[in-house]
Amino acid sequence: TVFVVWLVNTRGRQRAPSDSDLELSTVRHQPEGLDQLQAQTKFTRKELQSLYRGFKNECPSGLVDEETFKSIYSQFFPQGDASTYAHFLFNAFDIDRNGSIRFEDFVIGLSVLLRGSVTEKLNWAFNLYDINKDGYITKEEMLAIMKSIYDMMGRYTYPCVRDDAPSEHVDKFFQKMDKNRDGVVTIEEFIETCQKDENIMNSMQLFENVI
Amino acid sequence: MATGVAAWLPFARAAAIGWMPVANCPMPIAPRDNSRKQDELIILNVSGRRFQTWRTTLDRYPDTLLGSSEKDFFYNEETKEYFFDRDPDAFRSILNFYRTGKLHYPRHECISAYDEELTFFGIIPEIIGDCCYEEYKDRKRENLERLQDDQEENKDLKQPNLNFRETMWRAFENPHTSTLALVFYYVTGFFIAISVITNVVETVPCGTTTNQKDMPCGERYTVAFFCIDTACVMIFTVEYLLRLFAAPSRYRFMRSVMSIIDVVAILPYYIGLVMTNNEDVSGAFVTLRVFRVFRIFKFSRHSQGLRILGYTLKSCASELGFLLFSLTMAIIIFATVMFYAEKGSSSSKFTSIPASFWYTIVTMTTLGYGDMVPKTIAGKIFGSICSLSGVLVIALPVPVIVSNFSRIYHQNQRADKRRAQKKARLARIRIAKSGSANAFLQSKHNGLLNELLELTGSEEDEQKLIKSISLLKSQHHHLLRCLEKTTAHEFVDEQVYEQNCLETALQTYPSHSSSIASHDSPAVTCCGASGKKNTPLPNANLPLANPVPSHRGPLQELSALHIQSADPLSHTSSRSNLNLRTDESKRINCKSGRITTAIISLPTPPALAPDADGLHGPPQRRPPPPLGHPAAPSIQTTTSSAGTNIVKVSAL
Repeated sequence: TVFVVWLVNTRGRQRAPSDSDLELSTVRHQPEGLDQLQAQTKFTRKELQSLYRGFKNECPSGLVDEETFKSIYSQFFPQGDASTYAHFLFNAFDIDRNGSIRFEDFVIGLSVLLRGSVTEKLNWAFNLYDINKDGYITKEEMLAIMKSIYDMMGRYTYPCVRDDAPSEHVDKFFQKMDKNRDGVVTIEEFIETCQKDENIMNSMQLFENVI
Repeated sequence: MATGVAAWLPFARAAAIGWMPVANCPMPIAPRDNSRKQDELIILNVSGRRFQTWRTTLDRYPDTLLGSSEKDFFYNEETKEYFFDRDPDAFRSILNFYRTGKLHYPRHECISAYDEELTFFGIIPEIIGDCCYEEYKDRKRENLERLQDDQEENKDLKQPNLNFRETMWRAFENPHTSTLALVFYYVTGFFIAISVITNVVETVPCGTTTNQKDMPCGERYTVAFFCIDTACVMIFTVEYLLRLFAAPSRYRFMRSVMSIIDVVAILPYYIGLVMTNNEDVSGAFVTLRVFRVFRIFKFSRHSQGLRILGYTLKSCASELGFLLFSLTMAIIIFATVMFYAEKGSSSSKFTSIPASFWYTIVTMTTLGYGDMVPKTIAGKIFGSICSLSGVLVIALPVPVIVSNFSRIYHQNQRADKRRAQKKARLARIRIAKSGSANAFLQSKHNGLLNELLELTGSEEDEQKLIKSISLLKSQHHHLLRCLEKTTAHEFVDEQVYEQNCLETALQTYPSHSSSIASHDSPAVTCCGASGKKNTPLPNANLPLANPVPSHRGPLQELSALHIQSADPLSHTSSRSNLNLRTDESKRINCKSGRITTAIISLPTPPALAPDADGLHGPPQRRPPPPLGHPAAPSIQTTTSSAGTNIVKVSAL
């Protein structure tokens, strides 16, 4: 009888469908019109078209969620773990913080990065580093960013990445950027320091012709 | 680079601006995008059916036919389209692969035709998406098996030169190969039958003799039966020995089920020969004769069905075991209940709980012999409950077992398939990853050669090298180089990394070189590696200052480190490696963990595979002393996962 009861139970359990399975899983997003996007960004019509085609191909639903974003970004860095940096990047692109990137966010971000002025680009970078978006970069935030960048290198590097390499790097950064030594870097300090550094200025122009 | 994310490369490159403010070194120059033509539609005419797609769609997979310049061979100048004389139906799924990044296998296609199409268009079947991969592999396997069956029939006809032993083994395993084998097969079968029949007839009462007792035939015709038995056992022994001789792996043969059955079948006879007619052991001797019935199992060599049955029982064993267990539980429960219920009545047969087991089993299986029946009312009530539940308990499991069995059988097959596919899939992913990583390292290597060639002024070689990489790849590699510059570390090969770890762990002798502190070296490599500065680096005593192979002669001044790391290092360890700068406070983020000091007078491991995973300690640095002499007591040997004996150094 015990056996019978057990049998009946297991059979019954297999057949109970859950209503949650029937949720509609298709959420779709249509972007704003081409004209509006042209007004908001510095891309030409043809560029927007080709960007959207690529975007829609990868994300047919029109939205990129964080997991998809992480997996796409990780494909470019096979040797390391790009997920943490991808998380920060996602937050930098997801301007309205709703958990997914729409095409507008994507293209506005790209417009700043590729066609914006140097100040705009530096603003974007500051926004990336400022994890909680409070207008100040603290050492902890910078350390998190730095660690995520070093994570992307993976293990097989020369020389071996030491445990304190990120924090050393952060110290160097703060030494350079934090002018009034108050432990945080504000946007003005950041922009000012970067504008004085020739290397940084040159590298900002590096990706002008990506699209 | 991985499939389908080529569209996101511009985004990843743009996002790299986030590294610029934190980088300490200048970034490398971006590759020039010479082909700045607008995206255009390409017409692909496949046997009359026209497909159109963007050029960039096809360019996503540059190592296929459509993505590379190979398609230029099919270009038709007059109609300005690419004409392929192939199956348009199969082409649909191939073109969809370019569009979506996933290759699907259309189920109505013949597997070999589809394979041919894939080969023609340069697409490897392993890319087939998970949704269709199982089906594809199943069909492919079926096809292969069918081909193999045909092949095997052909193979039997042609006889390669097998030696005598192999011929014998083949004769034993496949009796249809030769007439002699067939004869042998039938003869053994006949003798097995004879032996079994003899065993049975032995016990039949053979009619009366002078005394009134009915004697079994065995005792009446002792000699005759003994002769038959001897003959059978001799045949079986000879057969067993011949099989043992012919077996390719004797140990494996001796462990196999069939040979154990053989042994068990003939052993009683020999034991019986050895033992005398002692009264004490004759009881045991009689028991042994029971084992002679195992000879009937020898028929399973002759019957495929028996073998399959045995195999299915074996595979269903856990289900059967559980069933038995639950039945035992039920039996114990009912037996206990019946015992206590019947305890009161006089002259009850239920003398103990184990005695009640018999009643419970007989009742539950609805046999009902009637040799034990309950007499009390409570006993009868529980007895009826027992028999009713027995009906359910016995009737239900049979279909459950059958369906269980078939489900598990198929599940097992699918689980094995999935496991094999998973392994294959992981291997694919790993290969793809390492492939792209290797491609990057290779291109770095090429890039350095490029820079050199620039300096030495040979333009033609430079052009050759540049052309060999697609634009997409070169952009991806540029991105990775920017990351390197940001962190001031470099990507290296796994093997090189291990080598580096070992050498940096090898910090014994105070170094004679004073030159470079470790925390300076990243900066040195970073800026020195740009190749733009021509100052010879003070590299003389850097950790990897092996004498560089001569074909890199002019490079030695510049970025000697780079070339080192790009080469798979030869492990001809030189003494110069020992002259490392010690830095006890350094913690190394290598697999070797925290090794602070090391002792070098080691017993050397016998062989050091350069790409052994999990190397822990320093490799051998001097001619190996005989292994039996451990040097310092603090040293333990650990075997790495690659199986080489590596010495792990413990900190003193």
